[in-house]
Amino acid sequence: MEETYALELIQKGKRIDGRKFNEFRNIEINANVISTAEGSARVRIGDTEVIAGVKIAVGKPFPDTPNKGILVVNAEFTPLASPEFESGPPSENAVELARIVDRGIRESETIELDKLCLVEGEKVFSTFVDIHIINHQGNLQDAAALAAVVALRNARLPKLENDGIVRGEYDKPLPLKFAPINVTVSKVGENFILDPNYEEEKILDSKLSISVRDDDKICALQKQGRKEIKFEDVEKMIDMAMEKSKELRKLV
Amino acid sequence: MKEEKLLIDGKRIDGRLPEQLRDIGMKLNAVTTSNGSAEVRFGRTTAIASVHGPRALYPRFLQESDTGILRTRYNMAPFSVNDRKSPGPDRRSTEISKVIRLAFEPAIFLEDFPKVTIDGFVEIVEADGSTRVTGINALSLALAVAGIPMKDLVVACSIGKIDGVLVVDLNGREDNNSEADMAFAMLPNKEVISLLQMDGALTKDEILKLLQLAKESCMKIYEIQKKVLKESYKGE
Repeated sequence: MEETYALELIQKGKRIDGRKFNEFRNIEINANVISTAEGSARVRIGDTEVIAGVKIAVGKPFPDTPNKGILVVNAEFTPLASPEFESGPPSENAVELARIVDRGIRESETIELDKLCLVEGEKVFSTFVDIHIINHQGNLQDAAALAAVVALRNARLPKLENDGIVRGEYDKPLPLKFAPINVTVSKVGENFILDPNYEEEKILDSKLSISVRDDDKICALQKQGRKEIKFEDVEKMIDMAMEKSKELRKLV
Repeated sequence: MKEEKLLIDGKRIDGRLPEQLRDIGMKLNAVTTSNGSAEVRFGRTTAIASVHGPRALYPRFLQESDTGILRTRYNMAPFSVNDRKSPGPDRRSTEISKVIRLAFEPAIFLEDFPKVTIDGFVEIVEADGSTRVTGINALSLALAVAGIPMKDLVVACSIGKIDGVLVVDLNGREDNNSEADMAFAMLPNKEVISLLQMDGALTKDEILKLLQLAKESCMKIYEIQKKVLKESYKGE
């Protein structure tokens, strides 16, 4: 019922919680909240809440990139966050979410991976970004990407001694170049909205997840949702994401 | 990522022009035990797709009372790539299986099949870039052969940017060294997009240009799909 109401409202140019179409819910960001992580962030967008933690380890580089550090992004939809989530291996949606966040960070060349090489072909820093969903009330994608970027921005490289990591002691910040911002634009009928809440997510036709770098380059796109989009929609959606990304970047 | 030169005198490493597709091969009925199947080849990239169903869906709690469901599986054979791929699903194939399903959902009259499933399988037997879009083109034909009521075929291609130039149908080496690559699928008659994925770094203007290139290229692929389908029913 709530969903039908949300749809009717959008058709009238309104939203169920009174927001404008391009308005996010209230965003609350707490950085550095997990003392055991090298970097972390707890992000709330309305009632949606995610925690991202960065762990850094020493590992072996991939054979095709012997002088580059490693980035791994993973997401867990823990059953505590929603009655829709079940325990077990990562669901299709969790895998997709993590891979979209991964592409936003990797393709924008946000982390200076070549500075994470310790011994070429032998030893590099591996950066693990783990995203934990705490409360699912819509727009997990943008919340997860925001948390990941904030966590990376306060991540520090651990101190090394005799080839091992000294836990709790840090050397320098994780070298970063950019702050990519993910904005997912949702299409409902012929309307475009940002940051759908849980009820609105149920009535979406399609979504386009857009990652925007500081220089306005688009670094990742992913169409989601069960319905098609038109060619002219893409431009409108990118414009909306670019504009919003500037506002969100001020928060990280 | 860029390590080698991919464009020399305006030509690509396999001799193609930027807006030129690879040699395309399409065959129907590769899998006789299925309701419909097809094999599609773009250069060396080869995908085989088959459709099982509409068929009963168990366990029953998966059934939807007002619509059928579509399930898709994208899988790469271990020998399809240079370094053996360990068999079975991984994160990449999980995501691709999902986006392939979403690429077809707008095209199929699923509401005509309450409670049942239509299962589409895509196997990549040889990979040289653009595997997911080749798989979509194969599955599109397989669904048509299976007689699944569709609003439109689904046609797909990859586009991207290599050495600063916008190109279509990336091969493996181009894909690995591109500045950006994009997977794209559309419904040619409705002229709408049902798959859009991109990674790399592009301006908005470049994205819009690539969409045009993708549309024109898909129309060429669509003609080949139609031709293969028409020929197979000739004389029946």
